[in-house]
Amino acid sequence: MAMTKEQRAAKLRELEQKIASKKGIGALYGLAKGMSVTMRTMLKPAITTQYPHVKPDLPERTRGVIALKEENCTVCMLCSRECPDWCIYIDSHKDVMPPKTPGARGRTRNVLDRFAIDYALCMYCGICVDVCPFDALFWSPHFEYSTDDLSTLTHEMDTLAKWMDYVPPPPALEDGAEDPVEVSKEAVSYGAPAVAAPVATATAPAATATAAPPRTEPAPSQEGAAADSATPAGGTTEAAETQAPPAREEGHDEEPPQIDQEAYDAAIAQGKPDREARALAKRAWILKRRKAQS
Amino acid sequence: MIFYHFFSNPWAVFALKLAAVFIFFLTAPLVLGYVEHKGLAHMQSRLGPMEAGRFHGWAQLIADGVKFIQKEDIVPDAADRRIFMLAPMIVIIPVSLVFLVIPFGPAAVSCHAPAGTGGCGFWGENFDVGIFFVLAISAISVIGMLMAGWASANKFSLIGAIRGAAQLIAYELPLVLAASAVAMQAGTLSLVGIGDAQKAYWFVFPQIAGFIIFVIASLAELSRPPFDMPIADSEIIFGHMTEYTGIRFGLFLLSEYAGIVSLSAIAVVLYLGAWHGFIVPWIPGPIWTLAKIGALSFLVIWLRATYPRLREDQLQKMAWKYLIPIALVNILLTMIFKVVF
Repeated sequence: MAMTKEQRAAKLRELEQKIASKKGIGALYGLAKGMSVTMRTMLKPAITTQYPHVKPDLPERTRGVIALKEENCTVCMLCSRECPDWCIYIDSHKDVMPPKTPGARGRTRNVLDRFAIDYALCMYCGICVDVCPFDALFWSPHFEYSTDDLSTLTHEMDTLAKWMDYVPPPPALEDGAEDPVEVSKEAVSYGAPAVAAPVATATAPAATATAAPPRTEPAPSQEGAAADSATPAGGTTEAAETQAPPAREEGHDEEPPQIDQEAYDAAIAQGKPDREARALAKRAWILKRRKAQS
Repeated sequence: MIFYHFFSNPWAVFALKLAAVFIFFLTAPLVLGYVEHKGLAHMQSRLGPMEAGRFHGWAQLIADGVKFIQKEDIVPDAADRRIFMLAPMIVIIPVSLVFLVIPFGPAAVSCHAPAGTGGCGFWGENFDVGIFFVLAISAISVIGMLMAGWASANKFSLIGAIRGAAQLIAYELPLVLAASAVAMQAGTLSLVGIGDAQKAYWFVFPQIAGFIIFVIASLAELSRPPFDMPIADSEIIFGHMTEYTGIRFGLFLLSEYAGIVSLSAIAVVLYLGAWHGFIVPWIPGPIWTLAKIGALSFLVIWLRATYPRLREDQLQKMAWKYLIPIALVNILLTMIFKVVF
């Protein structure tokens, strides 16, 4: 009995093959095997979950329904136009803001009045989520919104906004990842002796963004604000207000991580691609610094 | 005294027996239907009905019955109206008659039953030609099937009915041949007599080939998977039942499950020792019979869950080229053994 479990299984398989390949017996063996499969399945517990009584254990980012982050929407209508089913309804009106200097032309902006999705038409393709340039649409894991009336399946802004509560926050950046655009942008203005004029910073993030695209999606509200300020119409005091740098966590405004040559070489020697090697090297550098600080 | 007087009245005894048979005929298929719902579900790693009646969906079949009664009874315009409406009854009556002769227990030692009430015992009627009666009457169902298929004025129905008739002709032979070998060995055609003859040993041991043939042929007679070509839902919708709705469709379904119970019961009486038990013989005979019928019916469900449907020509080939010759050889051997020993 020196055989291991694997060896025994292999031997059994071999025997099974031998029996199954015999002409008359093989067919009978196949029939019997089928019966044993159904019987064994019956004796095992069923995999069904009793849905209304037991809530399903769904992944965090289940694509249940599409939620709207209202304040990010700029009424660009891209979602509505890309929707294959034309199930998104958007209404807006133009608001004229008072001019900044007396006698100048009033500033205009689009105000969202209605945003509704008809889920009786929606086919959950997610193109609207993909196409939204300002991260106003999200996949929400909420899925219990069935009704007994087709007309009530058109959900308005307030409901869509409520579903936003189910959307998990974006995953944290890994150690050594490059900062998101907003943060690196702030770093530029933060380092300056005086608070730089918003107009000046408006060009800086653009440069950073092209030079180093962020690894993960940046926080949506900041992104919206950044886009606002990047538009030619921006650069006013209002834009500057929304862009006021938030309170920074401690240790966040230190010098950016550098590449730890030792770790980099080790990673390259392991055959890792350059990008990964650089990330690992930065991580190693940060860990070393932490060690030194504590 | 009153008791004695009651049982000396042939009509009273007859009515009581009929009532008992009728109740069994109505409840056994429901129980089997429920077992099929659940068994089939668990064999596919599902749960089956869980809601009706609160506890594991025990009332599902009752709810289905209520639903069938409520539904509109539709007769197609082109249908032959009278024949169409009559067909389900022609299918279900022979099936219910089979229950009349199934013996569930041995004959009583002393019997005071008046003549013409079928004697004393757990059966409705004890015919001297019981097995002959069963095989003859169960074959009538196919006429109802043909009526349904023809009267529906639907090509799928017609194909299904013709397939059913062809299947019945092909499989009635092995069924009868296998059963006649048993009758030969027992030396009687009476089902009670055949049950008695298995006191020493069950007939499944000497007649193992016959038993396998009988079970396969029964499955085919009942058009149960893997021999469900007459109703093959992926090919011809639902065969002869395609146009039926409501309670008439319900009757077809009831006859299918009643058929499983009745043919399982016949197989139990012919091969599995009827009411004779083993290991724990003090358990009363009727419970043994019921347990064996349940086990055999479960086998029918188990086979349905396991095997895919055969092709129509494979089905015919199997009956004519394999089952009938083997059944004939089985009869021959039984004859030789009967004469020699």
